[in-house]
Parts: sequence; structure tokens; C-alpha cells
Amino acid sequence: MSALLEVEGLSRHFVTRRSPFGRPLATVKAVDGVDLTVPAGSTLALVGETGCGKSTVGRLILRLIEPLAGDIRFEGRRILTFGEKELRAFRREAQIVFQDPYSSLNPRMTVEELIAEPLALHDIVPASRRRDRVAELLSLVGLDPRYGQRYPHEFSGGQRQRIAIARALAVEPKLIVCDEPVSALDVSIRSQVLNLLAGLRKRLSLTYVFISHDLSVIKHIADRVAVMYLGRIVETAPADELFANPRHPYTRALFSAIPIPQPHSRRQRQLLEGDIPSPLSPPTGCHLHPRCAHAIERCQLERPALIADQGGHATACHRWRELPALSGLSEQEAPGPRLERLMSEFTRKPGVGATAVAATLNSRGLNGVPDRR
Amino acid sequence: MTPLVDVENLKVVFHGDRGRIIHAVESVSFDLAPGVTLGLVGESGCGKSVTALAIMGLLPKGSAEVSGRVGFDGSNLLDLTDSAMRDLRGDRLAMIFQEPMTSLNPAYTIGEQISETLVRHRGLTRSQARARAIDLLRDVRIPSPEQRVDEYPHKLSGGMRQRAMVAMALACDPKLLIADEPTTALDVTIQAQVLELLRSLKAKTNAAIVLISHDLGVVAEICDEVAVMYAGEIVEHAPVDALFESPQHPYTIGLLASIPRLDRRVETLATVEGSLPDMSAVPQACRFAPRCPFRSEICVSRPPPVVDIGTRHWSRCVKAPLERIIA
Repeated sequence: MSALLEVEGLSRHFVTRRSPFGRPLATVKAVDGVDLTVPAGSTLALVGETGCGKSTVGRLILRLIEPLAGDIRFEGRRILTFGEKELRAFRREAQIVFQDPYSSLNPRMTVEELIAEPLALHDIVPASRRRDRVAELLSLVGLDPRYGQRYPHEFSGGQRQRIAIARALAVEPKLIVCDEPVSALDVSIRSQVLNLLAGLRKRLSLTYVFISHDLSVIKHIADRVAVMYLGRIVETAPADELFANPRHPYTRALFSAIPIPQPHSRRQRQLLEGDIPSPLSPPTGCHLHPRCAHAIERCQLERPALIADQGGHATACHRWRELPALSGLSEQEAPGPRLERLMSEFTRKPGVGATAVAATLNSRGLNGVPDRR
Repeated sequence: MTPLVDVENLKVVFHGDRGRIIHAVESVSFDLAPGVTLGLVGESGCGKSVTALAIMGLLPKGSAEVSGRVGFDGSNLLDLTDSAMRDLRGDRLAMIFQEPMTSLNPAYTIGEQISETLVRHRGLTRSQARARAIDLLRDVRIPSPEQRVDEYPHKLSGGMRQRAMVAMALACDPKLLIADEPTTALDVTIQAQVLELLRSLKAKTNAAIVLISHDLGVVAEICDEVAVMYAGEIVEHAPVDALFESPQHPYTIGLLASIPRLDRRVETLATVEGSLPDMSAVPQACRFAPRCPFRSEICVSRPPPVVDIGTRHWSRCVKAPLERIIA
């Protein structure tokens, strides 16, 4: 697999306070030396808590904001050297889907206008054929093409997210940055959108950079995971490997903090002490040391390098080799056999006769307001 | 044990503009003994928060019509006057909200906000109340409480603010504590800390707790009993172990199946197809039927019965116990 996207030494600082003469007084190192490689057709997940810089990385990759230092290569081309014209062409190849489908769609435009806009901007489809293409895109994301004339407020959260996805797909991109695309959605809707994203990736051979704070979502969708803490990657590995053998104390703490829908789950808990430090003045050395139970003096003084082993599992911790082994999440958290059977029965497609019942439902007007809230 | 809280047939109807009527909560019943934590679970719009606000008497009198009975310590809260309710709230009834940034007053220090309750209900002097506030902050494990007590909410992190909210709610040793999505706005590692705190306080206070959440993981971690709500009704009520071992309402199963699994990777996640019914014209039938893979003719022709499954376990589904479907 060749890399579609390579990121090296990416950094971005934000000035949060300036003197009256414009001299920076306080700076946040939102992204502090991040390296990433994303093979074509794969999904890289960026995971971390508030303020870890994951969304900033997503925006930097697309050059929605400019980095302070570093290099970004897309199919080998250095996108930071792009002029206006090349950048515009790059927008056809890389797109983004935002978290909040309530604020990312212009409320004054109909769905058709929203999706046709990129088609017109990049002159992809001649005006006469645009309406057909919009209809195709709508069915691609599982929406009825007849909804084209409606406005965003007429749709539920899950449907709006489908519209945002259709809009991103309009330019036929190779890469989509998904920034918390399902965080604002209810569980049952969330699984629909996740299935859609997974299906589209396969059908259209897309590559995703998937940003999320939710580890169960990441486990489901990612091929590779990078865990971020205060602007740096602390651990990165193939998803299955990371979930089976988390090495970094922060990754372990994240895993053991996930509430699991099983009472009396017998996990080893490794909770972190204290709050996430202010990114304005992050701790010296390893950023985690004030919260880490295993910290030694070296951790305060020296920033640990992110060192990869043969299997591509990289950890930025001075002490990970000495830490007690922690069994991963995989084996322990399986639901009981009865629940397992009930769930698989639920998932199985409804048998014959379901359509007949649905017809009855419709004739009685019982079929919940279809698709509108 | 006599229940502390006894909610019977609670019903909330909102009267909106142009005669629009929303049946937000319909015949909700449950009881709760001291020291027991009940999880109220469901998705957006299922009526879980409205149920909580109705119990607390915090719904707008003009537009919300509340009926039924909310028995608390021998009296019906729905019959009490506004001033009697004000005496109860903050004292024996307390509530924690989701967003600690918007539910704390930014113009007063943390200490002043905790003291207010103590002065109002316990008649403490300002300085006594301040000393007590420091103790409370220490109880919720806020570091250096002597300094924090004089700080304004914006100086505190999200997790700290939520701890301060918990301290405020616990100031007068409430008998019933309603926590509405108390950890939803927090990061996972902070959420784990706050859940740990709630667990330890639960053991200490013997208060009955109603924990509202959309997250079944959170519910599994700290609740003793669970009520699953869908479209304004409780569709299943069960002890926590029974609910996660052998759920007896199709909606509960659908919710559990929709959660991405950590133990293994599945190709496609289960989904609950369709969407919530229109709450202004709910059918006289099972509300979940249009989305239910197990439905049959009977489900759409009459309201489902409440079927007893076991000790304190019931389901609003004509097909329960669902083991019959698997067999």
C-alpha cells in the first residue's frame, strides 16, 4: 500500500493573548511535532480528550489553517507549497465532515443547493446535469432524492449528517477528514451513520482520517489509531494491536475509563489523577507525568520520543517496557450468551410478512413521522 | 421496605402554539427505596428529562400540564404549593444538571452558591456556611478547597465545576437526588472520576438517586435498577443485572446492539431503523412497533400489556418474555 497522506513534524501554535502592541504574550502549542502516515484506502483514527489537538491536525491536513512547521505530502506532493490554484484543485481531492450537522449546513439553502454548490464551484458536472447528480448523491447516502427541495431544519440530526457527507462526496474526493461525525447523534442513529461511512469507504475506495473521543466508535471503524495528549501523539498502532496491548499509561487510562454496558465488569481500572493540565502551560518532559502513577524523575525532565517497534506499534513513554502487562479490552467484555442471542435475533432481517404489517401501519398512519422531526 | 419515592401514572402534556399538543410523558410509574439508584435511559426526546423536571416541579406552569402522583416521603409533590416546593428543593430534593457551565451562576463564587442553600434551608450564618462549603468541596475531592471556595466558576475546569455542582446538591443531605446526564459534557477520564465519586457518595449518604443518561455504559456502572424510556413511556424496568443479561423489550435490545463492541469487530452495526413517532399524535398501539423487527398484527392494533418477567422486572411488550422468539 502506498501512502496517500504523509505528515512530518507538524506543529501549530495559537496565540491566545497579545500585548497592546501585538506581541504574543501567551501561546498554546496545539499541535507539537506530529508525524502520521495514512495508506490509501485505510482509516486512521485520531483519539484524545478535549484540547489534545486532534481537530487542529484535521484542519492542518486540509490546509484550512496554516502550520508553523512541518511537511504534509498528499500523493507525494507537498501541499504546503501549493499556490491558490493548486490548493483549489486539492480541495477536490480532500474534504471534511464536521461534528455538528446543525451548524455546518447553511440554513438558507435547500439540500439540492447545498450539494450542487461544490459541483458548480469546481465545474464538475454541467449545469444541465447537476440535478441528476444531486439525486444520485442523495441516494448514495441513503436519503430520498425527493428531499432535495427541503431545508436543513426539516431533517433530523442523522439525516443532516448524511447531507453533509453527500456534500463532501460531491467532488469525488480521495480523502475525507471526519471530525467527530457521530458525536452529536443518538446511539441508534450513530450506528446508521457509522455503517454508511464504512460502506462508502469500501464502495468508493475512500481514505479517512477519523477524529473522535469515543474509543468504541474508533475500534469499530479504524485500521490504525493515533492517541493524542496535549498536542503530541503518545501512542500509535494498528487498531487491533492497540486495543489488545495498550502500552502507554495514558492509552491504558483511556481504555479503563470507558463505561462498558456490563454491570460488574471485572476490568483492572487505572484511573488518572487530576485534571487535564492547561495547554497554555503544559507540564515539562512527558506531558502526562503529573497524572501518571508510574512517573519517575526522568519523565519530568526529558520528552519521550515516539519509538516504533517492528510491528509498527509506537509508544512515547520512557517506562512502558517496565510496566506490568495489562490485558486488553477484547476478551473481557463480551456480553452474555442470552443477550448475544437476543441481539442477533434483533439484527436479523425481519421475516416475510413484515411488508404486509408495514402496509397496515401506513394505512393507519402509525408509521412514525417518516424522516422528519 | 416502604418506597421513598412513588411515582404513579405521571403524565406531562405540553400546550404549544396554535393549539399544538405534545404528549411528552405518558403513564410513567416507578418506585424507589432509600439508597437505590435508578437509571433512566433513552434517546433524545424520549421524555427522561421532562420526567425529572416534573418530579422537581420545575416545568413551566403555563404550558405544561402535569398529572398523576409523585409520592415523596408520604406526600404528593404535585399537590404542594410553590412555596412548599421551594422549601423542599435544595433541601430534601436536589438536582444536578448536565452543563455545569450554564447551571452555575458566573457572577457568584462557588462558596457563595453552596452557602446560599445552607443559609436558606439550615439557617446557618454566612461564616458557618462558608466553613461547611469548604468541607463539602473536600468531600467531592476538590484539591485545596480553602482557595477554590472563593473562586468563580470560570476558573474551574469542567470536571471541577461538576464536582462543585455535586457538592451544592449534597449540601443539605437530600433524600432524593436527580442527576440529569451528570457526566455527558465531560471527557472520559474525568467522567470516570466523577462516576467514582458518585459511587462513593451513594454508599455514604443513603439517598435515592435517579440518574438520567443516554449512555448504557454509565448506567451499568452505577445503577441498581434501570428504566428504559421510549417516546414518553417506560418500556422496560429491571434490576441492572437482569437488564444487561436478558433484556425483555425489543427497544432495549436494539439500543444494546447499536453500541459498537469492544470485544470484537463486526462488519455492520445493528441499527434501529425509522424514527420516533410524532409526539403530538401518538397511536393507541405499541409506540415502538413501526421500528420493531419482532412486530406482528397485534402490536399495531392495541396498546401493549405490561408483562411481568421476574422480581421488579417488567416489559411493555406483548411478546415478552422474548426467549420465546429465539426458541
